[in-house]
This record gives sequence, structure tokens and C-alpha cells, in this order.
Amino acid sequence: MPTVTYAGTAVTVNDEGFFTDPEQWREEMAPLIARQDGIAGLTERHWQVIKFMRHEYETKGTGPTVRVLGKTSGVTVKELYQLFPKGPAKTAAKIAGIPKPRGCI
Amino acid sequence: MPAKIEKVSIIISKGSLEGVYPGLIMANGARAEGMEANLFFTFFGLDAVHKVRHEHIKLATVGNPGLHLATWAGGLPGVSSVMTHYMARKMDALDIPSIPEFVEMIADTGAGLYACKASADLFGITKEDLIEQVKDIITVGEFYDLAAGGEIIFT
Repeated sequence: MPTVTYAGTAVTVNDEGFFTDPEQWREEMAPLIARQDGIAGLTERHWQVIKFMRHEYETKGTGPTVRVLGKTSGVTVKELYQLFPKGPAKTAAKIAGIPKPRGCI
Repeated sequence: MPAKIEKVSIIISKGSLEGVYPGLIMANGARAEGMEANLFFTFFGLDAVHKVRHEHIKLATVGNPGLHLATWAGGLPGVSSVMTHYMARKMDALDIPSIPEFVEMIADTGAGLYACKASADLFGITKEDLIEQVKDIITVGEFYDLAAGGEIIFT
């Protein structure tokens, strides 16, 4: 497993850059991960999605898909794609330090 | 690792439930992975974006051996509706959206929705008959222009 250093702390990630241990994640790492995925700055709306991802993962053990995000995060599908153009569920999961959500819809 | 697919253009040519969903799932999944995606509705697939018909897309109960239902039984009046209703309930339990809702969501993801001109002409369909998310009725040549540089998937 590759190791990456965010905000002075070494973390383990998989080949795609997703955290293998979500416990290693800290909020100050989020903007650095986001920048690597082409998001220059995290707004309030980005954070709403990122915090929702963490919450879902902590309560359900898996991150939500785009459809679930659109229905329950308070951010519409349209806006989700504006915030995370490279795939909202995937990108937000990576920034939130949780595994990539698995779901077909 | 091989290069990632960056762009897909998916053709939906069938008007049955099992003919429409796979293309929608692939288009939605492509956008979720950050790929560019276009959907091209042709022939009976046009029903999936037809204002009146998209709510009434049915499972094919005749000539569908995968259903494990005798062909004569599949042809009885109402069987297609009952099977479609049964399938819709199962899908709802799995939180799979209905076709109208799914198509709208896919448009919201930023995928391009297009209808085939030859089919629209054949069925006497104009842009007014189609849901507003359809960007345009285009020719096959225009479709290939849109699809340039990506993969084409025919369903």
C-alpha cells in the first residue's frame, strides 16, 4: 500500500488514492486531497457533502452513491456535479478519507 | 494500469424495460466515474424520452426466455403489466429510480441526451413530444461527431 503525507501526517492509501484507514483522516487534510483532484478550494457546500459522506460511512459502514447524496445530503445532483465535476460520490469519498462507495446507481 | 475510459456514447435502441435500464445505468455510472457521457435514443428506445410513453415502459413477457415464463402465458392480457409492476416494486425496494426519474437524474449529472432523427421522422415525433431534457434531435452523422474520441456502446 502506498503512503502519502497530508498535513505532516503519513497515511496509507490504495492505488486510486482512497484512504485504507479512515481513522487516519483529519479535516485539515481535506483541502490537500481536493487539490490533487482538481478542486482548488473547498466551499461550505463542499464541506456539507464531505461531512455527510463521513457521517454516512460512520453510521452505515459504506459511503453513499450519487443518487443517495442527491436525495439525502441537501445538495441536488446538478449541484453535486458542479462541486465535484469528476464524480461527486467518488471524489467526495476520497476527500473525506473513506473508501470508494460501491453501488451501480 | 491501462488508461481510463474518458468518454462514452451510449445508444438505447429498445423500448422495453430490460432494453432501457442497462443503457441508463451505464450512462449514470459513467458520469459517477467522472467520464463524459452522451445518450442517443433511437427506434423504440425513443419511448424512454417520450413525454407520454416514458412512464409506461413495460417488461417484455413474450420472446424473453430469461424470464422463465412460458411464451403463451407471457402473451395473456395483462401479464406484461403485472410483471412490470412486480419488477417496479423490487426495483423500488433497491432504490432503483423509475425510468422518468432516472432519465431526469442523468440529465442533471451533465450527460447529453439526444434523439435520433431517422426514428423521430419514422414515428412522426417532434421535439415537443420529447421531455425537455433532450437537447436535440440529431442525425447519425452528428451523433458520430459527438461521440468522437470516446467509446460507443450499443444497447
